[in-house]
Amino acid sequence: MQGGRAAVERVFREEYGRLIASLVRRFGDIDIAEEAAGEALVAALEKWPGSGVPPNPGGWLTTTAANRAIDRIRRDRQRDAKQQAAHMFSNDTHREPTGPVEDDRLRLLFTCCHPALASEARIALTLRLLGGLTVAEIAQAFLVPETTMAQRITRAKQKIASAKVPYRVPEAADLAERLAGVLSVLFLIFNEGYLATGHGEPVRSELTGEAIRLSRILHDLLPEEPEVTGLLALLLLTEARREARVRNGQLVPLGEQDRAGWDHVLIVEGHDLVRECLAINRPGRYQILAAINAVHTDAPTAADTDWSQVVALYDQLTQLDRSAIVALNRAVAVAELDGPEVALALIDRLPLTGYHAWHAARADLLRRIGRSAEARQQYDAAIDATQNTAERAYLSRKRGELV
Amino acid sequence: MTHYLLAVHGPAERNEFGSYGSKEEMEEAFAATGAFNDKLRADGYWVFAGGLQPVSTATVVDGQGEKPVVTDGPYLETKEALGGFWVIEAPDLDVALKLAAEGSKACRGKVEVRPFDGLA
Repeated sequence: MQGGRAAVERVFREEYGRLIASLVRRFGDIDIAEEAAGEALVAALEKWPGSGVPPNPGGWLTTTAANRAIDRIRRDRQRDAKQQAAHMFSNDTHREPTGPVEDDRLRLLFTCCHPALASEARIALTLRLLGGLTVAEIAQAFLVPETTMAQRITRAKQKIASAKVPYRVPEAADLAERLAGVLSVLFLIFNEGYLATGHGEPVRSELTGEAIRLSRILHDLLPEEPEVTGLLALLLLTEARREARVRNGQLVPLGEQDRAGWDHVLIVEGHDLVRECLAINRPGRYQILAAINAVHTDAPTAADTDWSQVVALYDQLTQLDRSAIVALNRAVAVAELDGPEVALALIDRLPLTGYHAWHAARADLLRRIGRSAEARQQYDAAIDATQNTAERAYLSRKRGELV
Repeated sequence: MTHYLLAVHGPAERNEFGSYGSKEEMEEAFAATGAFNDKLRADGYWVFAGGLQPVSTATVVDGQGEKPVVTDGPYLETKEALGGFWVIEAPDLDVALKLAAEGSKACRGKVEVRPFDGLA
């Protein structure tokens, strides 16, 4: 195996989450873990180009990093014997009973997605510590200055250390609720990649890819949790349409996409996962969303879509989640089944005047029933409410086509 | 183990039933809080706790100058004020948050959980 710089960095990136998680478990401190991991990378860059990548690069990195961490702790301890020693090893001295699975990455994922942290901090920490993205990469993905992102991550890490957010998989009684928080972070990362909020690249495949990679790890660790399987299926079935979803810088709606351009390997895998999770018979939000996407990706042409099945699934979702956004998506499906007038009446009631998709859906329905002047206003409102360049381009074209 | 402050914030203005709507409500909250305190002691989390008199009884002292300056009232004018608190000792934030949820239910107020930076 080649040991060039790019190869070393690729291995490092792949191993990063596992490396950091095991160091955090062992040393009980995120900063020490990150610093030691960084030193292990430097060591690998010095050594591997000459000797080649070792047969177990993850093990090599972990051993090297752990040795560096121990060196640092010894130095710190000599400087400040009492405090540091007590702090660093507190995690090894009293081991809490852990949840159903003990994996370092799983423990760290629950720490990063802890409800005591702000939502944006959870996303950033997860990408930094488990995804191995640099602060600069995360800042760029969320269109904030690097210093802002660095501060956000530093603050979250300080809170974890000072308030003692535990490194532990929650006990069975709390698992479902805490898992929902983790899934929500992964879904948010994916969505930011799939329809980026800023005016830069309309799709950020590095974010969708990372959300899928982390969801795969989570599914490997918790294969019996149907919502985890559901989320992975949902992400794969959505990702499968990514290439067909933007053409010439314009968003292409589902009904107009070239289905030959979909990734059928991902679709087959997604369909298998949907069947797998539904068989457990503990339905949940992500499983239902995945099932809806399975119906769409199952239809050879848009006209073949089983809309009554889609609406039935949205009805089921409404039982779990009465939010206006679910109601909006359900109404869009109802339009295909009962016509645009019925759907428009449903949508008009929803309190979503600041949401681009609400305006876009209204615009489309008004256009279809020939109320062009109102449709034009709604296209304007939708364009104002989104910065995504591909969505704006699509909406502008539709507005231009109004008669 | 870490020490945490569980601070209960309530309306700065109080009526004859403290920050509660009626006498019954006040008595129920006191009883539930008493039971929660007993539980904290029994389970070994207890360090200290207390309810505070209304902010109208507060006095601010500034001793930074040559002579101390004494003024009536709280330092900050806010609609909410610290009404009482617990100091507990817990192994981690998850335990502290669970206890805070129980305390919040008992005293019928929101609880802010903050770790101590150290104890003198």
